[in-house]
Amino acid sequence: MKLTENTQRIALLASVVVLAVLPLPDFWITQLNYIALYSLVILGLVLLTGIGGLTSFGQAAFVGVGAYTSAYLTVNMGFSPWVTVFAGLAITAVSALVLGWLTLRMSGHYLPLATIAWGLSLYYLMGNLDALGKYDGILGVPTLKLMDWDIGQGRPFFVFAWSMVLLGAFALLNLLDSRTGRAIRALRTGSQMAEAMGVDTLRYKIGIFLIAALFASLSGWLLAHFQRAVNPSPFGLKMGIEYLFMAVLGGAGYVWGALSGALVTKLLEDQLQVLLPKLIGTSGSYEIIVFGIVLVLVLKYLPEGMWSLVGRWLPKPQRINNWQNAAALPERTKPAIGDTVLEVQAIRKQFGGLVAVNDIGFSIQAGQIVGLIGPNGAGKSTTFNLITGVLGLTSGTVKFRGEVVSGRPSREIARRGVSRTFQHVKMIPEMTVLENVALGAQLRGHKGALSSMLRLDRAEEQSLLREAARQLERIGMGSQMHELAGNLAMGPQRLLEIARALCSDPALLLLDEPAAGLRPMEKLALAGVLRRLRCGGMGILLVEHDMDLVMDVTDHIVVMEFGTKLMEGTPEEVQQSPKVRAAYLGTEH
Amino acid sequence: MDLSIVSILLLDGMTNGAVYALLGLATVLVFAVTRVIFIPQGEFVAYGALTLAIFQTGKVPGTVWLLLLMAVLAAVLDTRLTWQHTRNAPKALKAGAMTLLVPAVVAVLSIWAAPQQFPLLVQALLTVAVVTAFGPLVYRLAYQSLADASSLVLLIVSVGVHFAMTGLGLLFFGAEGFRNPSFWDARFSFGALNLSGQAVIIFGVSLALIVLLWQFFEHTLYGKALRATAVNRLGARLMGISSHGAGQATFAMAALIGALSGLLIGPTTTVFYDSGFLIGLKGFVAAVIGGLASYPTAAVGALFVGIVEAFGSFWASAFKEVIVFTLILPILLWRSMAGGHTEEH
Repeated sequence: MKLTENTQRIALLASVVVLAVLPLPDFWITQLNYIALYSLVILGLVLLTGIGGLTSFGQAAFVGVGAYTSAYLTVNMGFSPWVTVFAGLAITAVSALVLGWLTLRMSGHYLPLATIAWGLSLYYLMGNLDALGKYDGILGVPTLKLMDWDIGQGRPFFVFAWSMVLLGAFALLNLLDSRTGRAIRALRTGSQMAEAMGVDTLRYKIGIFLIAALFASLSGWLLAHFQRAVNPSPFGLKMGIEYLFMAVLGGAGYVWGALSGALVTKLLEDQLQVLLPKLIGTSGSYEIIVFGIVLVLVLKYLPEGMWSLVGRWLPKPQRINNWQNAAALPERTKPAIGDTVLEVQAIRKQFGGLVAVNDIGFSIQAGQIVGLIGPNGAGKSTTFNLITGVLGLTSGTVKFRGEVVSGRPSREIARRGVSRTFQHVKMIPEMTVLENVALGAQLRGHKGALSSMLRLDRAEEQSLLREAARQLERIGMGSQMHELAGNLAMGPQRLLEIARALCSDPALLLLDEPAAGLRPMEKLALAGVLRRLRCGGMGILLVEHDMDLVMDVTDHIVVMEFGTKLMEGTPEEVQQSPKVRAAYLGTEH
Repeated sequence: MDLSIVSILLLDGMTNGAVYALLGLATVLVFAVTRVIFIPQGEFVAYGALTLAIFQTGKVPGTVWLLLLMAVLAAVLDTRLTWQHTRNAPKALKAGAMTLLVPAVVAVLSIWAAPQQFPLLVQALLTVAVVTAFGPLVYRLAYQSLADASSLVLLIVSVGVHFAMTGLGLLFFGAEGFRNPSFWDARFSFGALNLSGQAVIIFGVSLALIVLLWQFFEHTLYGKALRATAVNRLGARLMGISSHGAGQATFAMAALIGALSGLLIGPTTTVFYDSGFLIGLKGFVAAVIGGLASYPTAAVGALFVGIVEAFGSFWASAFKEVIVFTLILPILLWRSMAGGHTEEH
């Protein structure tokens, strides 16, 4: 697999050189050069929109930043293009960071809105600044030279630009198949699960916006030196929208899909620009009518883009188990059996006038399974969310291994060794079971985006996958690890969540209705897993409606009703309590 | 700069701001009920101003033919949908006819009235009818079957609709701009301040429309139904409120507001086929000031945008748009500091 993948990539790079040597008409080489420039921008949109679920209409503006910076510095200051490319990237990075930091902490639609405004103001700025030549732009931009060899035009440029596109695509594919890539894929499912796995979602969102902007800036740099001139028109909002169109048409979720979108769009645009004015009788950019309608139709009838038609015929690459010899991940020091791991002291949550959790207190020791039960609406899940930091407390404290953790964000609590599952399963359906579970080990790896892109993360990656595979085998799902998570039935999905939680090497495991939807045999297996974990010294909090399971495995039970603690005690005490019976079944009069 | 210039700029800014306020309200309204970020709001403005301009020349505006085409498409879709659900041919045909009815009447009326050179006010009424009829059809054709998609998808659809509508605007109205005659030529002088009759109309209509909308949402059952849909679509549906109907009604209102805005600004500036986009986006900036949620804040924000724009064009006219659209950055900073809410989608 590893070998064939590398062979494929080298073959692709070689085919670029071959194409350049073939006697293609110069017209086609020029067209393909423009497509390469678009493709670089599109690569960024794949990451941002297709994978990350965010979007930007301002990519053309970032192209403009790269182009204008380089044009201005080379023409007016005499710098070499090989220096100015970094200046362009730096200015782009600063603007992307500011925009991202301002908008991404708010809900998802503020980023596209801000990028529209940013694209417009940058366009008018470029068109009105004397220093940038107003709407005429900057002329006489030098071509790109390697020593004395002109690689900024024609066939040499074709090889140069397409090599950059392919290397960019490989880097992106590498990134998506890594620890960082899994965190990025998790962004789309909402922040709650990703944060619970220790992912700082804001940082990752800003990160992918930054990477997308840098790809665009690089394309602008190439464009400026390829065209030998810059003016504002290719950097306006119309082009920003067209970039998105290309990505969506081809399939924003697939690297090769989005690139084929760029190809098809350019060819379509050329045809339409000739055909439509003939049809209508006057000239004008009528192709946007077709683009607009096609965009709506694609989203309606082919939401995954054209690539979804091609992709299903391609063989699915199967991951090869090559992590047998990987180093085991270091484990945290665990509390001794009997030590108190969790102390919940009088926690309270009010939503306006409603007291959802009313001064609840209990504690969990290492090697103890505590059940949290109560009728629907008793406040169990809210309690759960208060402990894990998903919700802020109104008052009270939560201590984990003696340290106060209440008030911290959930990823910080996760970092200390608290792991959880969700009442409504939260996973990434288009990733395999193994990759989903490896997401749980997020905090046990350290390699970032750059190492992933350059494949410097492989040793750590194999250790992470080895751990994920180990946890899957531990809960009896070893045979399903290469299945897509979205194909699993309800029961295995819940087990997947438990394996993912275990992957983080927790000292405290919080399970929110793990048995819901499980078949009787699966429930028995789950009980076995829980008992083994207890023997290993794990503290477990179990929210569950299945009383057989609760009474069977727990050591201690806390009963809640209407937000308050009704009682706590051993399973026997709880079963005999008239108060509990009244809460579940009502009282006799 | 002396006081008289300040007052002139303030008045100018508030006149434009009043129109932005209307557009901002429409944006907030559409977003609240349908979760659609309706980028093409401004296209209705251009369609309004330019449809009236073509009526003025005694020709049938291209928008009328577009209206008919879209109505036929929507009718076919509705017929098919009802047929699939009920397998009842008369019912299906009736559903299609219902969709076709209003746009067809409006279109036929327009085609008949266009060469008759009716007075300005009648042509204005026809224009409003034509553009308003677009609203439900745009929702039906572009958004309805995607109503449950993520707001990201809806946003990209909006961009597609914007492209299509701008291109069609170019096709129907050409690249040249039009300036409509004023509805009221009176002029009032207060010292240095000159108040045109058109400005009075702008203020009057904007205020009246805002009060009307407020009354509609506070005091009518249908207004409350729309508000219920805004709060919880599924819940509203279970109470018997059709979310498709709510979407179409909301888009009709957005189109109506757009058409009126087009009529209001038509005499104050030359409108081109693509002018609506920038005008609509300024309404958008206002809506963002209101967090896409608060009507009063959006309205106040719109006046602010108008005034900034007026002063911007006085001091640095070339950078007017740069100033207005860069304004969104401090606004976003303020909003993220004030609210800072992250939405779980």
